[in-house]
Amino acid sequence: MFKKILIANRGEIACRVIKSARKMGIATVAVYSEADKDALHVALADEAVCIGPAPSSQSYLVIDRILEACRTTGADAVHPGYGFLSENAEFAKQLDLAGIAFIGPGIHAITSMGDKITSKRLAQEAGVNTVPGSTEVIRDGAMAVKIAKEIGYPVMLKASAGGGGKGMRVAFNDEECREGFERASNESRSSFGDDRIFIEKFIEQPRHIEIQVLGDTHGNIVFLGERECSLQRRHQKIIEEAPSPFIDKKTRALMGEQAVALARAVQYHSAGTVEFIVDAERNFYFLEMNTRLQVEHPVTEFVTGLDLVELMIRIAAGESLQFSQTDVKLSGWAIEARIYAEDPFRNFLPSVGRLVRYAPPAESDNVRVDTGVYEGGEVSIHYDPMIAKLITYGADREESIQRMRRALNEFTIRGVAHNISFLGALVNHPRFAKGQLSTNLIAEEYPDGFDATNVVHDDPALLITVCGVIHRRYRERAAQISGQLPGYEPQVDQRWVIVFGNEHHPVTVCPAERGYDVTYADLTYHVESNWEFGQPLFRGSIDGEEVCVQVERRHLLYRLFHWGTQVDMLALSARAAELLSLMPVKEPPDLSKLLLSPMPGMLASMRVEVGEEVKAGQDLAVVEAMKMENVLRAERDGKVANIVATVGETLAVDQVILEFE
Amino acid sequence: MQEIVRKLAEKRAAAELGGGLRRIEAQHAKGKLTARERIELLMDSGSFEEWDMFVEHRCSDFGMKDQSIPGDGVVTGYGTINGRMVFVFSQDFTVFGGSLSEAHAEKICKVMDHAMKVGAPVIGINDSGGARIQEGVASLGGYADVFQRNVLASGVIPQISLIMGPCAGGAVYSPAMTDFIFMVKDSSYMYVTGPEVVKTVTHETVTHEELGGAVTHSTKSGVADRAFEDDIDALLMIRRLINYLPANNRVAPPYRPTPDNADRTEPSLDTLVPDSPTKSYDMKELILKIVDDTDFFEIQPEYAKNMVIGFARMEGYPVGIVANQPMVLAGCLDIKSSIKAARFVRFCDCFSIPIITLVDVPGFMPGTSQEFGGIIKHGAKLLYAFAEATVPKITLITRKAYGGAYDVMASKHLRGDVNLAWPSAEIAVMGPKGAVEIIFRKERGDEARIEELTNEYRERFANPFVAGRRGFIDDVIMPSQTRKRICRSLALLRNKKLENPWRKHGNIPL
Repeated sequence: MFKKILIANRGEIACRVIKSARKMGIATVAVYSEADKDALHVALADEAVCIGPAPSSQSYLVIDRILEACRTTGADAVHPGYGFLSENAEFAKQLDLAGIAFIGPGIHAITSMGDKITSKRLAQEAGVNTVPGSTEVIRDGAMAVKIAKEIGYPVMLKASAGGGGKGMRVAFNDEECREGFERASNESRSSFGDDRIFIEKFIEQPRHIEIQVLGDTHGNIVFLGERECSLQRRHQKIIEEAPSPFIDKKTRALMGEQAVALARAVQYHSAGTVEFIVDAERNFYFLEMNTRLQVEHPVTEFVTGLDLVELMIRIAAGESLQFSQTDVKLSGWAIEARIYAEDPFRNFLPSVGRLVRYAPPAESDNVRVDTGVYEGGEVSIHYDPMIAKLITYGADREESIQRMRRALNEFTIRGVAHNISFLGALVNHPRFAKGQLSTNLIAEEYPDGFDATNVVHDDPALLITVCGVIHRRYRERAAQISGQLPGYEPQVDQRWVIVFGNEHHPVTVCPAERGYDVTYADLTYHVESNWEFGQPLFRGSIDGEEVCVQVERRHLLYRLFHWGTQVDMLALSARAAELLSLMPVKEPPDLSKLLLSPMPGMLASMRVEVGEEVKAGQDLAVVEAMKMENVLRAERDGKVANIVATVGETLAVDQVILEFE
Repeated sequence: MQEIVRKLAEKRAAAELGGGLRRIEAQHAKGKLTARERIELLMDSGSFEEWDMFVEHRCSDFGMKDQSIPGDGVVTGYGTINGRMVFVFSQDFTVFGGSLSEAHAEKICKVMDHAMKVGAPVIGINDSGGARIQEGVASLGGYADVFQRNVLASGVIPQISLIMGPCAGGAVYSPAMTDFIFMVKDSSYMYVTGPEVVKTVTHETVTHEELGGAVTHSTKSGVADRAFEDDIDALLMIRRLINYLPANNRVAPPYRPTPDNADRTEPSLDTLVPDSPTKSYDMKELILKIVDDTDFFEIQPEYAKNMVIGFARMEGYPVGIVANQPMVLAGCLDIKSSIKAARFVRFCDCFSIPIITLVDVPGFMPGTSQEFGGIIKHGAKLLYAFAEATVPKITLITRKAYGGAYDVMASKHLRGDVNLAWPSAEIAVMGPKGAVEIIFRKERGDEARIEELTNEYRERFANPFVAGRRGFIDDVIMPSQTRKRICRSLALLRNKKLENPWRKHGNIPL
């Protein structure tokens, strides 16, 4: 067995690998860029080596630096994690030459699976289903129809040079196919100067389902069930689960067989993943094979009870698998949600900065948090915005979802924008509950992006009740202040009106044994909680049912987060609520007329002047944040009315830079 | 007897209507509450006791004889906020536009005199068109009577002004004399001369809102301490402010229990100060993580943002926080921030509120606009205020404490009681680079040498130990331990006794 493993990665995956290595009694070496010197993986490892400046092209991606670090620390094996050098054959080769073990598959497997055409050919040869389609260029409409008929409708006409949706047409019948061919080739010619068109089967409501394979160097290969990763936003996976709610035993077995056949064809050893696209009839087609550990491997670990990193290490050390396919038993259900430091409200723009608060839910047998950051740490602009993974497990899907919902309610992050509300809304979505997933789900259900304040809560009474209790607690404490007029101490009111949106909700909050009784809409709820002032999590129970709501007190408002919803609530006396109707409704400023700073930073330069007519897409200003220049561009045509900020000024998020007419 | 009781009820009902339903509707249409509605929200429910409801003006000129409304445009009395007594006057815009008559002024003076007698705060709600012109000089005299009382009450009882409508001309000087001025966005304005006069005299065209609105005064002039969204927001937030203030200068600030442990540690503070001396961080994070329940009532949040001031509690006892904000202008001291902090320090000192000073200051802001604006005198105000203050003073240097600004920010030399520093503290005459360029003037131009010397200087002086050796710093503490250390220090100082030499009053550089 290895003595010392170097992890050629950062963030949560580096921490994850260190954990397994430590469990096996193997020493660990972290590598880090200058930007990561205070990162969690550096603190966790036994040793750490700086391998260069912040940009990964000068640090995590530099093979020589990693080799150098291996030599200086005497590491005898390298785990590449995912991303960076994990699927780089050259890296594996160099390690091999240096006599250091690469914890991953063989070079042949990496190279052959790393090439789209080769991998597809090898897959076909191994008897793996691939998406039916033409391999020859389509000459005219008639030929298009002929081939489309062979494949079977619907089909997709695809420009050879295409990208970004341009030169793509879906056809459901002959007529559409003929017409689509003309259009696609015209569009392709004008956009790319290349009118070569291919035809492929169009997969409706596609699902992304992948098979985990594991092989050793002795020719043993097994598959460890599937993972469904259909919830994606622009090809970025968001939520994954194992098993898939969609495929049946028979399909699973077929997919597994084919995945193993492909792995065998390339003499695969270590952990790998064969990705398939699956249509509504459970036809599945090979997409690609990832020759590394996947981000979403923990869901497989939960349902199989295996430690994939440990197995990868053992395999790399030459051990043979201690179990066969029949020993692989899948039990229960696991779901993973990826926590990204990005702002759903700002079109998922990556968010950087200091993690003022970072408190993931507590880990247990059913809740796992793979994290690469800590409270007070920094989220840097240089790397992937995924900062943690939250994985929950249950006996069945329902239980796993419930635990995920609860865990997301508890996950507290402040200081950088994050997608926790978005994840909360997704796992609460009826389509998710029913398992009706597709890679288009997010685009279909959230066409205009995501705003937590627009998410309608399933149970407003829950939020109202919690708000009532919190307010009552503040009022009770206010009444305990010293210096009161003796004999005239105030009575704490029991009746309040909780206002949110434009609705008024009268509640009565009375102290009861071990808590409060809250009456709202003729129903009384018994609330117990040990919440204290200033705490971001209100944990407790309502009528015996566990509840956890995040709360932030902002001036008079209570901002609550729960199940993906964000609401601002006001708790007022009946009289104040009555008078509130007299208060003017203040229209929020028309943001389309303003250019706001999307991040905290410094205004490096202005590219326009007052009175200038600007066109959509034109550069307006440059904001420097974290030593990176961010060019802000006009979203639409307009005329600059006023430049509010001055060059060199420190900008806060949402600070106005200029105004349009 | 029954007749009188009936008449009393009638009179009361009439008085409560103020200027009548039509004018009340007009007031509401402007998004403003009436004088009585405002008091209702400000005070504990049912606690308000009105005085002088039946006072009427004594003017007979210009047809005023036939127009008399009981109360005469101002509602006065007392009540409680969370059980603690406060006096209030609330001008009633529905009655003669809230204009100030002799009788109106007398009512205000009466509550102020009572407040002084019993030692309780006065909250003035201003919503007045100005002087009652029909009364002429009698009205002016009324203003002056109020001003005189404001001055005598200053430093004896807290005085708070809420501007919830117009407040123009001489009328502005009563609020200006009080401890805090709060305004309501879009419905209040304050100025010495209005837009019409401005237009004739200086030919500037300006709106009420631009000239003297809540945003103007809370961001540009610094006249207002905070701007609120609407009447309800303002009134309910003032209730919170009162929780930090003692009733008068002879009693301790109010204690309120807290579940927040004094020895709570905050590991994340150990990474608050960035490695790079030019990189900023948010001082408010430090404030929120060390005070009770993350509760901080900021004063002047939108003005001179390079200085953060406000109230909080530590172990249940109110404290005043004065902090440089590295995020804005690198946290340097300039005219506006010096005045902002100086006034706040003096307020805390008047009312026995301990001061916690958080220091990260690279120095005073250089430049002609600062020098021509009199930074010498204005900076001196802050120095004077800190030096004069006898309340417990706890100072924490988080990073830079350079030059004269180090002295000013509640240093040991200004009778700082407990002066602490984080390991990242640099107490020096100036930043290492600047210092080296002066000491080694001849080496200038030789970048490599300068850098070498700078590093040498940094190693020697850019740390808390030099100051520690001289006792200017009592201890160097880990950032995560800050709350615990400050709480203990405050406990230690709870019975601090320190008096300045007797004098009529000091002569602060105004």
